[in-house]
Amino acid sequence: MSGVIVTRGLVKRFGRLRAVDGIDLDVRAGDIYGFLGANGSGKTTTVRMLLGLVLPTSGEIELLGGRMPRAGRRVLPRVGSLIEGPAAYGHLSGRENLALLDASGPGGSWRTRRQRIAEVLDQVGLAGVGRRPVKAYSLGMRQRLGLAAALLRRPELLVLDEPTNGLDPQGIAEVRELLLDLHRGGTTVFLSSHLLAEVEQLCSRVGVLDRGRLVLQDQMATLTAPTGATVVHTPTPDRVRATLDGRVTAIDGERVIVRGDDPAEVNALLVGAGVPVTGLALQRPTLEQVVLTATGASSDRVEADR
Amino acid sequence: MILVELRKMFRRPRTWATIAVLNALPILVAVLLVLTDLAPRPGEGPPFLSAVLSNGTLYPLAALAIVLPLFLPIAVAVIAGDSIAGEAQAGTLRYLLTRPAGRTRLLVAKLVAVMLFVVVAVLVVAVVGYVVGTTMFHAQPIGGTVIGGTGGTSFSGTSLTPQDITNRTLMGIGYVAVSMLGVAAFGLFFSTLTESPLGATMGVLAVLVSSSLLFTLDAASPIAPYLPTRYWLSFVDFFRDPIQWRDITRGLSLQAVYVGVLLTAAWANFTTKDVTS
Repeated sequence: MSGVIVTRGLVKRFGRLRAVDGIDLDVRAGDIYGFLGANGSGKTTTVRMLLGLVLPTSGEIELLGGRMPRAGRRVLPRVGSLIEGPAAYGHLSGRENLALLDASGPGGSWRTRRQRIAEVLDQVGLAGVGRRPVKAYSLGMRQRLGLAAALLRRPELLVLDEPTNGLDPQGIAEVRELLLDLHRGGTTVFLSSHLLAEVEQLCSRVGVLDRGRLVLQDQMATLTAPTGATVVHTPTPDRVRATLDGRVTAIDGERVIVRGDDPAEVNALLVGAGVPVTGLALQRPTLEQVVLTATGASSDRVEADR
Repeated sequence: MILVELRKMFRRPRTWATIAVLNALPILVAVLLVLTDLAPRPGEGPPFLSAVLSNGTLYPLAALAIVLPLFLPIAVAVIAGDSIAGEAQAGTLRYLLTRPAGRTRLLVAKLVAVMLFVVVAVLVVAVVGYVVGTTMFHAQPIGGTVIGGTGGTSFSGTSLTPQDITNRTLMGIGYVAVSMLGVAAFGLFFSTLTESPLGATMGVLAVLVSSSLLFTLDAASPIAPYLPTRYWLSFVDFFRDPIQWRDITRGLSLQAVYVGVLLTAAWANFTTKDVTS
């Protein structure tokens, strides 16, 4: 099976504003797909269209092989989602919230409900929360409860919008481990975020949205592939230039960029000439550089929340 | 789904607080009547109130007549206005719809829940009214082994058997419930238009206030028969002898039209709407 999320020419217009402007997403089974974009670039609108909350102006959406929004009743029970922060009934406990939500739609048997709720609460680290009403939860606990709701029916696909919002660093690391764990179990993850670092650590595939257009969509490994140059760290950059004359393309403090994709060969030459070398690596573009190049003018807004 | 909505509604402290507040005014009125013994003369003040001093079993109807013009519609408007807009404001609407609850199913479940609230609210007011009426006023027990059968007097001056009073009271309660369904339909419709439950509730109240105001205005007499509040108090007609069905049937059909049109509009709007809350 491939093509977990496929869109063709997806457009959403709000009045005269084209919030989403003809995007062709391609998320495959087994991906952890990072959906990047500045605030206001159309990420959330796209996520809402995928899940049938917002109806597209034109274009097609295929979710787990079904045409959305028509196939919603069939495919959405197999999708877990967290959209723009968690929401729950404040006067009820987390457990009751999960039970009510599970009872509100198809595909969640009441026989297994208690068992499933206990398991997901344990998974997200809320097992001991007891009967406390949700209004007494902290922001991080609510976020965990939202994740628990998304996991309740062991979905094949997780659509998560900013899942680590409101979590402390330990919480973020926990969620990352949880997602990787689920992914190893075969779950496809669609992660919408503006946190480049988060996406860089987790994702196998990246799509970048800029003002409603998908400006980039590729494997992470391809995007951050070596550029064919070697980075040399040395306290004496001038001596590197003297030794490897003509191959040095840039010097930035103690960082020297040398043409050639074999660090060992560069190292041998430098050491042979008696040049001290403190660090040596293949040059790879960071995701940040890739995204900045792709998005152009509004790129500063991508970075703003880092 | 319907059970889920009912659990949500009746587990909510606010639902019961609303019903409790609803009963406060009739109880206060009863206490004042007992303390002062000053009943309004027949034909003045809320219907039935003049009669309750002599027969406490009529107090459920007096209680409904007291809350009907204002408090009951407000309570219904609050609950109905909250139905969809409240979920939207809390953010739970998007999770219900991606569960997926199905938009039509959710709307139907909300409608049933609001309807049940109307019935429960009307019944609680009636039951509390009955308890208050029979304990605080001179009561002539209804039904059971009543000897003589002089239960009460109709507005037309003839006497009604206790059995008759019971039947007519139940019909009156049913009529009030149907009138409130019209309010609920307005509430549900407005609730699909906005993400603010308060806005939806205020919209309903604006409609009802306008309707009551226009009703008193002679210049508005051509549209008066179509005002939603026009026939609300017609449940009094159940206590004429014979029952005057004219206004009652008009009231019922008017509410049926309002409920039908508004629910269709609510459905059409909600099922084609972008949920961005």
